[in-house]
Amino acid sequence: MKEVIPPLYAGTVTKYVFIESYKATPDDIAARAYEVSGGVMIKETCFGLQITGKEEEVERVISHVRELDPAHIYVKDRGFPPGDPRRCRANLGGARPGYFGHEHEMGFIRRIAIGLEKLDSPSDIPASESEQKNTEGLSVKRLMELIIQEA
Amino acid sequence: MAEVFIYPATSLILSDLVARFGHKPLGTALSIRERIQTAGLDSPPLQMTPDDAKKGLRWAAVEVPSGVRGRMSLFGPLIDQAEAAIIVRNPEFAFGCMGCARTDELVEFLVKQKKIPILELDYPADEEEGINFVHSVKNFLTRLGGVS
Repeated sequence: MKEVIPPLYAGTVTKYVFIESYKATPDDIAARAYEVSGGVMIKETCFGLQITGKEEEVERVISHVRELDPAHIYVKDRGFPPGDPRRCRANLGGARPGYFGHEHEMGFIRRIAIGLEKLDSPSDIPASESEQKNTEGLSVKRLMELIIQEA
Repeated sequence: MAEVFIYPATSLILSDLVARFGHKPLGTALSIRERIQTAGLDSPPLQMTPDDAKKGLRWAAVEVPSGVRGRMSLFGPLIDQAEAAIIVRNPEFAFGCMGCARTDELVEFLVKQKKIPILELDYPADEEEGINFVHSVKNFLTRLGGVS
């Protein structure tokens, strides 16, 4: 018979905070989150944090953490709370299933970070999107950069 | 603040950008959270129950496999709720079994049928595309009435 799992942390939200920064580490953002943690639950992970609590409190903590490096800290909703027996590998054994999407997106998220950093300077926005769509594979500009780097 | 459906529905990048520019991202996590926090459901690992396949009938016909209907019970309410959508074309990590593939096709079809503002993009392959990606998302969301 299946074990009945009662609703955990009802009325709360859980959010992932990912960091991909050369200025700060997951440890730094954890310390910063604890400064204003109030009633929220914070779980430190290798990629950042999981924050669980009332929505407004979680948002408050996240906005405080984000100030550290706005373009390199990313936030996403999570359905399960941390340590949920259905997902936590402490109960399941072996590696935790999932995270494939995060792993994939974290591979090129630095490109998004550059986009966020250059949002305020319209002169940095490259040629129109239609031109970009016609570009197959490596752009000539990028190729030139690589050649210069290797020279 | 508009409710923006994102596809892939688990995308960190889309979820972050939509929230960052003042809107509410509609991703699978919201549906999962609703199931987790509702008493009476007990099927690990994703709280799917036989009832979900019945709920999915609202978005998929009865001859559609139950796997697709079950998934639609997660995505369907989000699509109904959506006021706009951002879709990434052919995301590699959304590759999965036939149930996932058919559900993805159905989700995209339903979003397009809904006649809501849709932004279609590709994941950035280099830095320039990254800048364009963020810029397009920001412009799209600003036109919806975002904060910044």
